[in-house]
Order: sequence, then C-alpha cells, then structure tokens
Amino acid sequence: MKRLNRFPLAALAIAMPLAVWSCKREERSFRVQPPAADTTDKVIVSKLRAGQMMATTTQRAATEPSGGPIAPPPPGIAPASKPSAGLVHNGYEENAYAVGEGNRLYLAYNCVGCHFHGGGGIGPPLMDDTWIYGSNPEQIFATIVEGRPNGMPSFRGKIVDYQVWQIVAYVRSMSGMLSKDVAPGRDDHMAGAPPPNSMRYQPPQWSTVGTIR
Amino acid sequence: MIGGGVVTSLFNSAVLAAISTDNHTALAPTGPQAQHIFNDYKAFYTVCIIVYVLTVAIALIASRRHRQDTDGHKGEAHPPLPPPQLQLDPTREAKMTFWVNVCIAATVLILFGLLFVDFSTARAIHQFSSKPGAVNIVVTGHQWWWEVRYDDEHPQNVFTTANEIHVPTGRPVKIVLQAADVIHSFWVPNLTGKKDMIPNHSTELWFQADKPGIYWGQCAEFCGFEHAKMRLFVIADPPEVFDGWLNAARTPSRPPLEQIQKQGQQVFMLKQCSMCHTIGGTPAGGRVGPDLTHVMNRYTLAAGAIRNTPGQLAGWILDPQVIKPGCRMPQNNLSPHDLQALLEYLRTLQ
Ligand code: HEC
Ligand code: HEC
Ligand SMILES: [Cu+2]
Repeated sequence: MKRLNRFPLAALAIAMPLAVWSCKREERSFRVQPPAADTTDKVIVSKLRAGQMMATTTQRAATEPSGGPIAPPPPGIAPASKPSAGLVHNGYEENAYAVGEGNRLYLAYNCVGCHFHGGGGIGPPLMDDTWIYGSNPEQIFATIVEGRPNGMPSFRGKIVDYQVWQIVAYVRSMSGMLSKDVAPGRDDHMAGAPPPNSMRYQPPQWSTVGTIR
Repeated sequence: MIGGGVVTSLFNSAVLAAISTDNHTALAPTGPQAQHIFNDYKAFYTVCIIVYVLTVAIALIASRRHRQDTDGHKGEAHPPLPPPQLQLDPTREAKMTFWVNVCIAATVLILFGLLFVDFSTARAIHQFSSKPGAVNIVVTGHQWWWEVRYDDEHPQNVFTTANEIHVPTGRPVKIVLQAADVIHSFWVPNLTGKKDMIPNHSTELWFQADKPGIYWGQCAEFCGFEHAKMRLFVIADPPEVFDGWLNAARTPSRPPLEQIQKQGQQVFMLKQCSMCHTIGGTPAGGRVGPDLTHVMNRYTLAAGAIRNTPGQLAGWILDPQVIKPGCRMPQNNLSPHDLQALLEYLRTLQ
C-alpha cells in the first residue's frame, strides 16, 4: 500500500521540473532584443537584382562573394542532406510562441498570397526540400529583406527585424526543420498542407530551376 | 450565518456602487434594450431579496424556538439527550408536510415566473426595431481592438474606423458582429446586453441611444494578453452632429501641405507603418491595425489604453509594448527626425 502511494509522488517529482523546464518553449517576451540583431550587416546579400537575368548555378556561384552564405555548392557535388549550421543562430526556432507569431505574420503580411500555405503559387513552394536561395536562417532572412529577382518583393524597412526572424523560423518549420514541440499545429481553416508539427523533415536541396531557365 | 449574509449583501452593494460610473453601468439604461434588461434585473432583485429575507427570518425563528425548548438548564451541565421519539405526533407531522409542500410549490412558481420574465426580456431585446432609418455598422473584434465599418447602400460611402462608434440619438443602430482571430464579446452596458463575436460566424444585435453621451464598452470574453485594455466607446450625438461627423469621416485624408508633414508621410509609406495601417487617399492599405484616416478625431488611442495627446502618441509609436504588452504593434525604431516628421503628418489626419 505504501509503495503504491509512493509511485504517484515520484512521478510528480519528475513531472514538475519537466513541466517547468518545457515552459521555456512557450516563453513570451514582448520588448525583445531580436536574436542576432546585427545580422542585417553580417548577411552578405546577393548581387542579383530584380530585372537582371537569372544566371546558371555556376555563374551565380561565380558572382557571389566567396564564402557568401548563398553560394551554392559546386555543380556535380551532391548537396548535403542537412544544411550546415548557418551563420546565425535564430533563437526563435526554439520558441513556440515566436514561431506562432511568425505564422500569424506570414498571413498578415500576405506571404500567403504568393506562396499559399507552403504549397506555392506565384512564389515557389516553401514546404518542400527545394531551395533556390538557401534554407539557412540568414539566407531566408536575406530573401525576405532583399527580395529576389524573379518576383519576390523586398521587405526592407517594411517589417521590423525581430518579426522577420519570427517569419524565418516559421518558414523553416513548414518543411519540418524545427522540432515538433515548437512547430505550429494545424489551424482552424481549410486544411491544405499538413501542419508544421506533422511535417516530415525535408532535407534541403539546391534548386535546379536556375539552371533550366 | 445572518451576519455573514448581511456582510455579503453590503459588500455586493458596495461593489456595485463602486463600479457604477454613469457611462459604464447597466443600472443607468439609455436605450430600450438596456431598459428591458434593467427591468429584468429589478424583477430578479426584488424577488430574490424578498425570498432571502423570508428564508433568513424563518431560519431565525426556527433556531429561537429550538432554544426555548432546552432553555431550562442554564448553568448546569447539558442533560443527557432524551431517547429518540419514534412516535411522531401525526397532526404536527401533517402540518409540517403541508408547509413544506407550500414552500416547494412557491419555489417552483417563483422560478417559473422568473423564467417567464427572462424569456420575455430576451424576446424584447432581439426584436429588431421597426423604426426606419437604422444605421448599419459592422464591428470586427481583433486582438485587442475593434474595427468599425459603416455600411451604406452606396459603396463609395462605406468607410472604416476603430474603437469609437458614433451613433445618432433616437435612431436604431444595427450592429453585425464578427471576429478576426478569437472569440470576443461586445458589451456596452448602458445600451444593451453582451453578445459574443465569433470567428467565421456573424452575429447581430441592435440598440438605440436615447440620450447623447459617451458610453463605455468593454470586451467581455477573455481573448488574450490585452483583453482588459480592449475598451470601446459609443458616442451618441444628436442627429445633426452625427451627420456632420459622418460626412467628415467619409472623406479621405487631406494631402499634407508643409514640408515636414510631407516628409512624415514619406516615412509612413516607406516604413513598416503602411504594412499594417490604412490611410484613405494614400497608398497605405494595411489591414493588420486600425484605420488611421481620421485618427486625430479619436479621444483615445489603442482601444482606450491612452489618451490621444501628442506625447502619448509619440510614446505609443516608439514602444507600444510598454503601454500594451503583447499587442500586435511592434516597437518601431525611428530616428528622432523621422519620428518628429511622422507626428507632424499624423496630426493632419483629422
Ligand atoms: C508578390 C508575390 C510574393 C510575395 C508577397 C512574397 N513572395 Fe516570396 N517569393 C516570390 C517569388 C516569385 C519567389 C521566387 C523568386 C526567385 O525565384 O527569384 C519567392 C521566393 C521566396 C523565398 C525563397 C524560396 C527559395 O526556394 O529559396 C522565400 C523563403 C520566400 N519567398 C518567402 C516569402 C515570405 C516570408 C514572404 C512574406 C513576407 C513572401 N515570400 C512574400 C513571391 C512572393
Ligand atoms: C505589425 C503591424 C503594425 C505596424 C508595423 C505598425 N502598427 Fe500601428 N497598430 C497596429 C495594431 C495591431 C494596432 C492596434 C493596437 C491595439 O490597440 O491593441 C496599432 C495601433 C496604432 C495606433 C493607434 C490607433 C488607434 O486608433 O487606436 C497608431 C496611431 C499607430 N498604430 C501608428 C503606427 C505608426 C505611425 C506606425 C509606423 C511607425 C505603426 N503604427 C506600425 C499594428 C501595427
Ligand atoms: Cu477580450
């Protein structure tokens, strides 16, 4: 009898610290120093500008500053199955609230109008494994802030930095790159894609689209 | 027990008195709906008070009577209890049964009576007024502010504002309630009862303000961080004043004239503001935050969180997260010059 009573107590003793610890993923701070606030300067931005012809992968690699974050691997070499750790660590990727905010902003700033719920439309799909401009946080950051030549508008000065990082975290969650306890669950609307927390991890690949065009 | 009851009712009255300012209370009805609700309240209050007093009085009498039975033994140790009486007095028993039955019947009757009063109040509130000339407004609840759209049969007359609803006195106002994110609840106690605002599902209510005045409303369904700072104001004006306001509100913003105001407009259009806010007559068309076309005509900013003064406005723009932590407007990092220009421009939005 005594032993039986001890069991729930022990379980509670284990569960409580666990619960407290896992609250961290839900921590909310409103007056935030954005993670890596100074990355706008660090990010080496593509020389490509809207209106310029899309170069082939090789040409593009050649025009990038060497070691630039968006330089693709040389052709012929299979892309790594997982992206090398990016230049910056986006702390928001460990915070469910921030990723949820990213989700809300993705709708509010009408990314959804071009990319739909990840499946792509005017813009390329974001829930698959194919990345034209790279899948690392700072690469996606650059894509949003700078814009990309084939129709991705620049949001420079239009979205405050920390919100861009929240959107970056959400964009990465769409292809299953975030851990499942952080990625958003399904929303209340029409179900299109599976929710990010049920998404299979999509190892990012460099897109071949650029070479075809 | 009686002391407790008295304290409770005193406390209740004190709380009621404390929260009753004239423009935010169901106890000062200013329209037909609120009047119905107030009558309903009075009926309930009277009946409940009477029942309460009777119940307490009877309990008191009963306890006194019991004491008289055993009172002869003051000062002595309590005598051993008499053996339980198995033989009951049949006449007394019959009398008691009769009175218990009377009380049950009275309770049922009173409850049905109150039910009837309640039903007829609800019917009266929801019957749409047959008066012509209703004002049609769509109110959408957002976390944590109210979008207010004035509908009109001529599309060019439709316009949007926020947090402050102007209505004419003596005319019915029909409000369609919607929600953009989570459930909110529309409640202006002086004018009508609460009604929930549900995402993807419109609900309706109507009210009429009989006296001019500013009536406070409040979101009445918990909706997140800033639920408490989700205030609403219904401003009832005589019809002529209302028509003047309506005509002004329908016009787009005037283009800025001074150099610094023009710079401020540039800041607004080129920076993040235009992603979230609409200003009629300019390219800014964001729908995330309130329409700012005539923001200077509002008494308060951010759904009643702060007064609309230049200093408060500047503070709000730089750091809304201090005033309303968690709200959907981010901190904005503006240079002093940009901020100054922006404020000068916003001042023109009358
Ligand atoms: C007007 C339509 C449009 C809008 C709005 C838009 N995008 Fe794009 N986006 C595009 C197009 C088109 C491309 C492809 C650009 C190219 O190939 O050069 C793209 C590319 C991207 C990429 C790069 C994908 C890759 O494979 O490397 C990302 C990430 C992205 N968009 C995210 C966003 C986010 C986040 C938003 C909202 C803040 C957004 N987009 C808003 C049209 C849009
Ligand atoms: C991410 C979207 C967003 C951005 C960017 C933004 N706002 Fe807001 N703004 C909001 C929201 C949402 C509210 C309502 C907040 C509340 O009451 O909870 C608001 C409220 C306001 C209000 C008060 C309006 C009222 O009637 O109560 C003003 C004024 C305002 N913003 C000005 C600005 C200016 C100026 C900028 C640019 C520096 C700006 N906002 C940038 C979303 C935004
Ligand atoms: Cu609320």
